Amino acid sequence: MNQPSMNSTPPSPLAAAQAGLPAYNGKGKVMAVTSGKGGVGKTFFSANLAAALTRRGHKVLVLDADLGLANLDVVLNLYPKITLHDVFTGKATLEDAILKAPGGFSVLLAGSGMVEYSRLTPEVRDDFMKVMQTIVPRYDVVLLDTGAGISDVVLFAVSLATEVLMVATPEPTSLTDAYATIKVLAMQQGRQQVRLVVNQATRPGDGRNITAQLQQVLNRFLSNGPNAQPGQAIKLLHMGDVPSDQSVKDAIMRRQLLLVHAPGCPAALALGQIAGRIEEAVLGHHLA
Amino acid sequence: MKLNSLHLDNAQALLARAGQPLPTPAGSDDPAYLQRLIDALCELSLKDPLTGLSNRRHFLSALDQEIDRVSRAGDMALLLMLDIDHFKRVNDRHGHPAGDQVLRSVAHSLTACVRPMDTVARFGGEEFAIILPSCQSVFGAQVAERILDRIAATPIVLDSGEALQVTVSIGGAYAPQWLRFTAAAWIERADAQLYRAKAEGRNRVCLEPQPDSVVSAEEKSLLFGLSSLGEPLHDDGVPSHGAD
Repeated sequence: MNQPSMNSTPPSPLAAAQAGLPAYNGKGKVMAVTSGKGGVGKTFFSANLAAALTRRGHKVLVLDADLGLANLDVVLNLYPKITLHDVFTGKATLEDAILKAPGGFSVLLAGSGMVEYSRLTPEVRDDFMKVMQTIVPRYDVVLLDTGAGISDVVLFAVSLATEVLMVATPEPTSLTDAYATIKVLAMQQGRQQVRLVVNQATRPGDGRNITAQLQQVLNRFLSNGPNAQPGQAIKLLHMGDVPSDQSVKDAIMRRQLLLVHAPGCPAALALGQIAGRIEEAVLGHHLA
Repeated sequence: MKLNSLHLDNAQALLARAGQPLPTPAGSDDPAYLQRLIDALCELSLKDPLTGLSNRRHFLSALDQEIDRVSRAGDMALLLMLDIDHFKRVNDRHGHPAGDQVLRSVAHSLTACVRPMDTVARFGGEEFAIILPSCQSVFGAQVAERILDRIAATPIVLDSGEALQVTVSIGGAYAPQWLRFTAAAWIERADAQLYRAKAEGRNRVCLEPQPDSVVSAEEKSLLFGLSSLGEPLHDDGVPSHGAD
């Protein structure tokens, strides 16, 4: 009788606003790459996906949305003088801060001065939105490399994306964090689908099993959840696996893109396939 | 400064009326007295005279401050809106003085159920509001339940000797941690939950569902227990390789 009621509620104005995906001018897609747990290869994946999509003829920008603890610069071996920090503080223009990465795509790096932006203040939010509104119309796809965890900055960065790509490894800790993140995205942002890539897969079928398993638990716990319609859990779309591969470790140690360092290795080939599926599913067409 | 050159009698009368008399110290020109007088007036201007709780003006300014804090600190904060169930019946059957007594009793129960840092306000009529800063979701529901139980368990003895029992309905919403929002939007969300509590039969708590990032043991067991993940073993103890 006196239990706090958690049953379905008419959508509040806020929930309605959250359920609506962001709208940008032009047909540029915005894909957030996120993971829940850190250290699963999210930034590595973002950079190599960008390179693969670029190779397929798309105009790609990767934005380092891990404002507090960025390491896209390390992955790409780029240490620019001008970063997003300078754009936010008005010291440089956006054009000055956009760099060409080794894979031929563009990058916008957060820079180490962004620690003060690791808290999502209204100012940071506005600065970020302005940057997005400017860059999205200029590219076919903007990849947001978010931080780990489910912090407000991560959730905000994901809220700017029209597509969410979750990177997980088969480790239980990674899966638990991925599951928690997907749940929050479904409940808080009204996400209908999340794409899943399993990195460091050790066995064929890892990704497929993991997707099925996560989907089963989501169906069970989200279809009865507060904001979900009955039987309408968020849908997980398995985009492929990147096999565990020594070449990946070598490329990271050399701070090179895998697609440059070892283009023929199993992980690089898998990345190419995943890029193809994302191209088809998200960009809606093949250019090549 | 000569205190007797100022017209302090109106202010002093106001304070005396509120039961906090602050007469001019005889023959003193102490500026500290003026400060005390100003503080007492400010205090008075933020209070609801009937219940002694924060008034609507103070509540709205506290809510703005909390929004500012939450958007900068990313903290959890809960806003509760409460309404006394069937309050009109109390007034109709027992008269307005009884209604006032009910309002004071409920106000007293509310204050007893929360922390000193929380803001308890009379929002208007028989509606109250409570701001709970730094409030984790598990505790928010507990506080609301505590309020519900305490009010239901506190008989109000009227001057006539008759004892009344009232209940409240409570709606609540947490501050969004990563969206810019306004006091009006927050109140609206908590109010929506209050309406839900009323519609579902009163004398209950409805909180806006919280996005829950905690993975329960049940979810984990479903994720890993029954799964083909991990290292499911064949009878011979060799890890199986999923066919692809």
